[in-house]
Amino acid sequence: MAMVDGTRELEQLTEDGAAPIGWDGRSAREMLEESERLFAETGRYHGLDDLALKAGDPIGYEKLFSRLRGGLVTARETALNISASPIVKEIGELCFALYTPEGDSVALSTGIIVHVHTMSDAIKYMVRQGYEENPGIRPGDIFCNNDAMIGDVHNADVQTIVPIFWEGELVGWAGGVTHEIDIGAKTPGSVPIGPISRFEDGIDLPAKKIGSDDELWRDHVLAGLKGTRTPMYWTLDERTRLAGCHMVREAVERVILEDGLDTYKRFVREVIEDGRRSFRSRIKEMTVPGRYRAPGFTELTFGKEEQLPSYARRDGMMHAPVEIRITRDGVFELDYEGASSWGYHSANCAPSAMQGAVWVQMTQTLICNDKVNDGAYFGMRTNFPPGTWANHSNPQASTGNAWFFLIPSFTGFIKSISRALQARGFVEEVLAPYGLTANAFQGGGIDQYGNQSATTNFGLSCVGGGAKMVLDGLDYAAAMWNPEGDMGDMEMWELIEPFLYIGQRVKPNTAGPGRHRGGSGYEALRLAWKTPFYEMQNIGNGRVFIQAGLWGGYPAAPLYRHNVRNTDFLELVERRAPYPVHEPDPADSELARAVKGDHQFDIETVTLPEVMRQGDLYLCPFRGAAGLGDPLERPYESVMSDVDGDHLLPRYTESIYGVVPGDPDGTERRRTELREERGSKAVPAREWMKEERQRILGHDMIEPVQRMYAESMRLSERWAEEFRSFWELPEGFDFPVATPEVDLALQMRSAAGTEG
Amino acid sequence: MSLDSQTLRDLVEERLPRGQVRAIQSAHKDPDRFDQYLALLQERVGWDEPIVLPFGEHLHIVAKGAGRYVVKCDCGHEFCEYTDNWKLESLIHVRDTEEALREIYPEKMHGDPRWNVLREYFCPGCKTLLEVEAVPPGYPVIHDFVPDLEGFYEEWLGRELPG
Repeated sequence: MAMVDGTRELEQLTEDGAAPIGWDGRSAREMLEESERLFAETGRYHGLDDLALKAGDPIGYEKLFSRLRGGLVTARETALNISASPIVKEIGELCFALYTPEGDSVALSTGIIVHVHTMSDAIKYMVRQGYEENPGIRPGDIFCNNDAMIGDVHNADVQTIVPIFWEGELVGWAGGVTHEIDIGAKTPGSVPIGPISRFEDGIDLPAKKIGSDDELWRDHVLAGLKGTRTPMYWTLDERTRLAGCHMVREAVERVILEDGLDTYKRFVREVIEDGRRSFRSRIKEMTVPGRYRAPGFTELTFGKEEQLPSYARRDGMMHAPVEIRITRDGVFELDYEGASSWGYHSANCAPSAMQGAVWVQMTQTLICNDKVNDGAYFGMRTNFPPGTWANHSNPQASTGNAWFFLIPSFTGFIKSISRALQARGFVEEVLAPYGLTANAFQGGGIDQYGNQSATTNFGLSCVGGGAKMVLDGLDYAAAMWNPEGDMGDMEMWELIEPFLYIGQRVKPNTAGPGRHRGGSGYEALRLAWKTPFYEMQNIGNGRVFIQAGLWGGYPAAPLYRHNVRNTDFLELVERRAPYPVHEPDPADSELARAVKGDHQFDIETVTLPEVMRQGDLYLCPFRGAAGLGDPLERPYESVMSDVDGDHLLPRYTESIYGVVPGDPDGTERRRTELREERGSKAVPAREWMKEERQRILGHDMIEPVQRMYAESMRLSERWAEEFRSFWELPEGFDFPVATPEVDLALQMRSAAGTEG
Repeated sequence: MSLDSQTLRDLVEERLPRGQVRAIQSAHKDPDRFDQYLALLQERVGWDEPIVLPFGEHLHIVAKGAGRYVVKCDCGHEFCEYTDNWKLESLIHVRDTEEALREIYPEKMHGDPRWNVLREYFCPGCKTLLEVEAVPPGYPVIHDFVPDLEGFYEEWLGRELPG
């Protein structure tokens, strides 16, 4: 703290309305406008032509970056110890980043780096909205944001942002984000499934000033205690973010003290331009220019939920027509033209969330070795059409569970990058699509201590990883949104949740088959314990494969729910009778046979909360990931090893892989037969297309699918034209379904002047 | 780090220990990888047309001369021009019933075929499964990848597109 105390004296506190806080007598907004103008005019960050600092002292330049980066990582590793939330403290759902005065990220810590660009959006919002004049941006101020329309993914990701001053000038911003275990939404948890409008998303802090002189304002602290079902976690998480931001500020002050302000100012400009150039180089080194497509899908099934209003009570399918274009000059373009409409549910996204997802995927694929900062953002172009779920543009829409469709949709991103990597020969980098981080074991009620509480169990941060070209996928160890997959300790979850773990083990057949299979998911069987009521949700895919694998690899399995209420489980225990600890095969379920009670055993995997009580059972299955390559090419030994390791039910060795257990030679013969059977069962694609065309002309598909197509066509003339053209449909062909959300989206587009 | 041709072959043929694969993943990427990989693939196929771009497992874009570039399978089957969708010239099998899906996935783990189906695309020559799509009924056949061959060779690699 000595450094911070010492530098405090150097700051020239300005009075509100006094001299501008930006560089060279300008306001922060003037700096941002100039930065954007220079980029638009030159295509280079801040118009920088040469990287003089880097060229003149390359070692010093690298040391400077490392010191700032080290300061950020240290801040994260130290500050997380303040938190009591297992999501933050054990899983590491936090990160810190350093920004320029205009809000562009310079460097970041490890952790949930999805938020590096979301916080950038939040800072730019404050700068553009004139916060410098009102409410003022002064040394020691503290700001907080969790508004996705401003810059975030969803409300549960809460950001603390502090300005960094030096001699009266704003030299940058430190930002920190943590994922809250409960956000006080309509339904408990951090990815609430209940909200159908923004007004139900929970604590709402749209870029608010919440403190001054390095202290949180009391009114904010007191309000926080009332805003969530888990006030202790909320309070300590906020202290975590603030302490981390102050550590980042100290690291910056140390650099400026030792290297001088001019060097620091030059460095932050150069390192972002360096990041932009580095990103473009990586694109040219590792990919191939061209057009890539990989649409993703998921379901939202609320037709059964009688407590919802009629306009939200329906089943829907969401479409993400992911298209990536890499131009000859190395620009990466991501296009969601034709995406489904926004809707009355919590799975809508704002552009900031989309950029966040781009970030976390890029940093795990193309720019994992380079200087990671907003330079990559400046090397991309995106199209997230207004009115779609990918850019809802509706000031009243909910984003509480934005991840629910972000995750399936970005499987198309990783799949497309992998095609490019293979085309360049970088086979060691190729990855099939990852697993959906579900089921979310999430709920709230009275816990085992008699207290009101809520939870979001982050066992979901360890689902299957996609198959690789040279290895199988990671088993139960990965989450697309956090590069450090960690399921936490069962003992910790049992401390905070009124549910005991009866068993937790690998779930067979969750992985997508292939020459290399995807990583397997796992399952936990939980027993409600010492709770009079705890309302539990199910969140995952049950009807829809989110994305197929690569080059003959199959998709990961959609899963199901198996919850049992009013059970005789405790009587079985009392009698010392055998009881199930898992459910390896739902077609042969000991849980269904041995435990009496009211079984919900079906593919209803998106449900609003329903009460569970002591003795009830909740099976929580976590998804696997997609496979890669023709399964008939998987080595005999690998298939048998899958059976031995409970990754594959024995009856599937032959139907998927053509393997005859115990008979490698017979396996080869069987595989030859299966190839011949393929030839007799399959038909020329163009013949099949004629039949499929008739099906479309006759609208021969269920209503949710028809509505999915209708939404995409009505929101995008380009997509509609391509759909009609592919199937040679009559001009003006459409589906006979109402799309009221599209009508509203088009009206809002018209009002905002963003048609087309 | 530049991989020698034997190490690349061992990587592709999965004979390297995991630690070495990990080291290759973390190392700087070798600038000559593309040419080394092309040479390795060319050596493994039983035909002579030059491969100009790897196109997924088993598929390649090859130069046919006179400015024609087609999608060709390991087995020798030729699909179509590389700018067209090879899937339209393939054999297809659609798993759109619970019975068909249960050959791959257990009960309650195969989704609902009214919502989406699995389309399997096979090579007409060798019957290898080349791609699977998981899409709702009626979705257009996905055109996965259309490379800009000319741009790649002339502007990125700095040489003429062969053939």
